[in-house]
Formats: sequence, structure tokens, C-alpha cells
Amino acid sequence: MTALRALTLAEGRLYLRDAGTVFFALAFPTVLLVLMAFALPGMREPIGDIPGFAGLRPIDLYAPVAVAMAIATTSLTTFPAVFGTYREKGVLRRLSTTPLPASRLLVAQVSINIAALVVAVAVALVAASVAFDVAAPSQPGVVLVGFLLGAVHMTALGCVLAAVVPTASSANGVGMLLYFPMLFLAGVWTPGPLMPAGLAEVAAYLPLGAAAQAMSEGWFGDGLPVTQMLAMIGWTAVLIPVAARMFRWR
Amino acid sequence: MTSSPAPVIAQVEHLAKSYGGVPAVTDVSLELRRGEILGVLGPNGAGKTTTVECLTGLRVRDAGRVEVLGLDPARDGAALRQRVGCQLQESELPAKLRAGEALDLYGSFYDDPADGRELAARLGLGGHLDTPYAGLSGGQKQRLSIALALVGNPEVAVLDELTTGLDPQARRDTWDLIEQVRDDGVTIVLVTHFMDEAERLCDRVVLIDQGEVVATDTPAGLIASVQGGQVLRLRLATTTPRRALDEALQAVDELAELRVTPPQAGPETSPTVVTPEDEVVLRGGREMVGPALLALARAGLEPVDVAAERMTLEDAFVTLTGRTASPSYQEA
Repeated sequence: MTALRALTLAEGRLYLRDAGTVFFALAFPTVLLVLMAFALPGMREPIGDIPGFAGLRPIDLYAPVAVAMAIATTSLTTFPAVFGTYREKGVLRRLSTTPLPASRLLVAQVSINIAALVVAVAVALVAASVAFDVAAPSQPGVVLVGFLLGAVHMTALGCVLAAVVPTASSANGVGMLLYFPMLFLAGVWTPGPLMPAGLAEVAAYLPLGAAAQAMSEGWFGDGLPVTQMLAMIGWTAVLIPVAARMFRWR
Repeated sequence: MTSSPAPVIAQVEHLAKSYGGVPAVTDVSLELRRGEILGVLGPNGAGKTTTVECLTGLRVRDAGRVEVLGLDPARDGAALRQRVGCQLQESELPAKLRAGEALDLYGSFYDDPADGRELAARLGLGGHLDTPYAGLSGGQKQRLSIALALVGNPEVAVLDELTTGLDPQARRDTWDLIEQVRDDGVTIVLVTHFMDEAERLCDRVVLIDQGEVVATDTPAGLIASVQGGQVLRLRLATTTPRRALDEALQAVDELAELRVTPPQAGPETSPTVVTPEDEVVLRGGREMVGPALLALARAGLEPVDVAAERMTLEDAFVTLTGRTASPSYQEA
């Protein structure tokens, strides 16, 4: 068995043994969408005459935002926290005494977290379409690419945190510091067309904001979100080498 | 142990390393011979761990020459780590990783791993393969740690502060284990601040203090090299000013060192008086014992609980460095 495969399996088993993380990561987007749809008044009433969004309800606009939020939750909280814990406990220090390169652990953890994310998002969208018939994307391919690029560039950002956070609590602290501004840029408080134009223009270039916009365009529009996609590729290209350079074992 | 000198498989010459301008190691030179147990000894903070970290390529040295198994650790770290197993301080495993899983996982990192199950059985972990790391006792964690250092079938094993925090029985078991590993042909670098451990296990010891090598010898040679090799332990029957004790012993020729150690190494004992609870330790030559006892009696200080002993490595260490090695013996 190759080292990477053994490591991915072992880390995957550890991931599944942590019931709290599993529940949070897998159920979070579903719980979020369902709660919003049924707990907030007016979420399932048509929003009226915003051009291009006729017949849609606020909860429909929230679908791509919830996906973006799931991406941020995984990449900024669960993923870097594993490295914070491993560094704090000396798990990384012990690994550093073996021939295993640090990149293998990053690759194993990225695979596990992206797999969990895909499952979580799939469950949420199925639940949302069953529970309140959430709008289907007009361009599923664009949504899929937007989701994948979103997951990749946010994970790259998570890798930068993972590379340096000394403890689990500092991982959570820094993660949260980034999490809330990014949710704001993703439109958690102002989904889709409700975001002020000036802010939307800036958010198109920023992590998570770009992902939310790209997926919204794929869901409700008919254009190709080129700017947002290039922005996400750009962030990935910058952040991965930064993480590799900054990585420390202790 | 062989009497003919075994080939040198690792060499360190004038190693230096500092962290942010603070020197940890200033001048360390040592040789490792195939099949031996080499002790790297010294008090906490002496630079022992830094030395072995540079030896295994976990740290990049600032200066000096290091060659291990024909490789330069700073350049060929990955290749070297295939052949050198390490057990370091302060390195745990994920809490929910089971012992057997850890052995399989770490085995997968090496080109030619040992059989993890067999290793576990030999280390007395056979019945704990399904126990999560967090559920193992201190001794079991330590044995698993040794197993992980050996699972790659290394030629050299570096074991750092192996028995710190273990109870006496677990320490003894660990010592037996180390001898077993050496008998299997693995060369061992044993980092410790326990002198009894080094005296029991090591073929040779390198004594490091404040980043420098103070002495390199066999444990017996080290003890012999310190003049005389007599230790006198006693208590005073009544509380006495420290000055009176110093003055009484002033004229004893062969007395090299006088120490007063409070019972619990507590900070509350005043250094100006010597109470009956304090242990008074005199180190010096063979001719010291009689005159010292005589001098005490002449000054009206009654010695009780008197014990004269041959020097141990601990005593040699104190004489060579002027400080104690084990925290449990430290002066207030």
C-alpha cells in the first residue's frame, strides 16, 4: 500500500470517528437551507419584480449562497483545525521524523474534506428540492464548475491557515476571523441581486464572493461568469505555493 | 559488547545551532559506532535534543559537519529518514488512532518496513492493537512510540527522553527493551538526563552542557576520570548556620565540593542555615572521608545518617559541570 493511500484511509477513518465534525460538516448546509425556508417568514413567497428573477423566492436565491457557506465552513474551520490540533499535539513533529513529505498529509486531508463537502452539498440540494422544490439551475455545468473552483480556491486558503496555525484554538480563531467577512461577501445577508452593486463588483474578485456569484449566475442567469472563475483560479495559483512555502512541522 | 572498536557510522564535528540569535548548541562533536548504545547526556536545555535533531535532518545546522550513514542530513533528509528511526519528546498521535492502525500507517512510509504486528507483540502491545492512542497508558504509549521508531527497520534509532514520566517498573521494562533492540543490531542514540539510565544502558556517553561537549567516555571511564570518586552523604543533628559548616570543612584538603540539598527541593529553606532535614553532600578524593568527619566533630557539629559511597555518573556529572542533571536532585 502506498503511503498516500494508507494515510488517506487512516485520516478518513479518523474523520468519521469524530461524530461532531461529521455531523456539522455533512448536515450543516441541509439544516441551514431547511431552517431558513421554514423558520423565516416570507422565504417561500415570490419576491416580485426584480428583472431576471421573476417568479423566484428568497429561498431559491439562497441555494447557491448556502453552497458557498458549506465551502467556507469546511475550508476555514474543520480543515485547518485538524492541522492546528496535529501541530499542538506533536503529531506533525512525529511525522516529520519519517520519510513522508508534508505535502502528502495536505493532499490526504484536502481529499477527505472535499469529498465530505460534495456529499454535504448533494444531500442539501436533494433535501431542498424535496422539501420546498428549490429552483433547478439554468446552467448546471456552470454551477458545477463554480462549485469546484470555489472548493479548490477556498481549500487553498485553508491550506495557508493549516500551514502555520500552532494550535486548534488559534486555527478556529483565525478561521472565524476570515469566515464572517467572507460570508458577507458571499451574500449571506444580501443574496443574489439584493447585494449593492458596488459591493458585488468588489466581491467578484474576492475569495468565496467569486464562488457565490459564479454559482448564482449558473443557477439563475444565462451568462458565463468569466471574471469570477479567473479570480478563483488566480487565488488558487497564489495561495498553494504560499502554503507550501510557509508549512511548518511544529 | 565487542571489545574491538566497531566502525564509525555517524560523525558530528563542531556542530552549532542557534534559534533567533540564542545559541542552543555552540560546539558539539561526537562519533557513533555501529551496534553501540551512545548516551547523549546533559541537564535540561543543554542542547541534547537540538543535537539529535541536526543529526537526523529535522533541523538545519548553522555550522559544522554532520555525516550519518554516509549522508548529509541537511541535504539528504528523506533518504536518511528511511534508515534512521526517531522517537522524539512531545510527539503524540491522533487520539482516536488505534495502536495497530498507527503501526500499519507508519510502516507504509518506509521502503522495507518491519512486520508491525510482530513488533507490537515483542513490545508487549499485542493485546492493545485495537486500543485508541488516547486509551493507552503512559508506558504503552512510550512502547508504541518505540515501535513506530523501529517499524521502518532502521539501522540507527534515536530515542529522546524515553523514560521521562514513567513509573519505576515501566522504566526498567523500557531499559530491557532497549537492550533487546540493540541486540537485534540496531545502533542506538539515547538522549537522557537520567544518569542512572545512562550508567545502566550506555556503552559510551557524550556529556553536553550549555551547548558544548564536556566529556566523552564510557560511563565507568567518566567516573574514574573525576578525581577520587568518593561521596559522603550525611545530615547534621542540629540546625547550624551554613557559615559554621563551611568554616568547619575549610581545612579538609581533598574536599572538592560541598552541597546542601533541602528534602523536597522546596524554595522555602533558607540558604543561611542547615537544618537536620537537609542532606549534606561532600564530593572529593578518597582521603576526604576521615578528615571531613573529624573536622565536623571538632567544630561541635554532630553528623548523623552518614553514608560513604563510590561516585556514580550523577556525581561525576555534577563535578564536571558544576550542576545537577536530574530535576529531582536540583537545589532550591
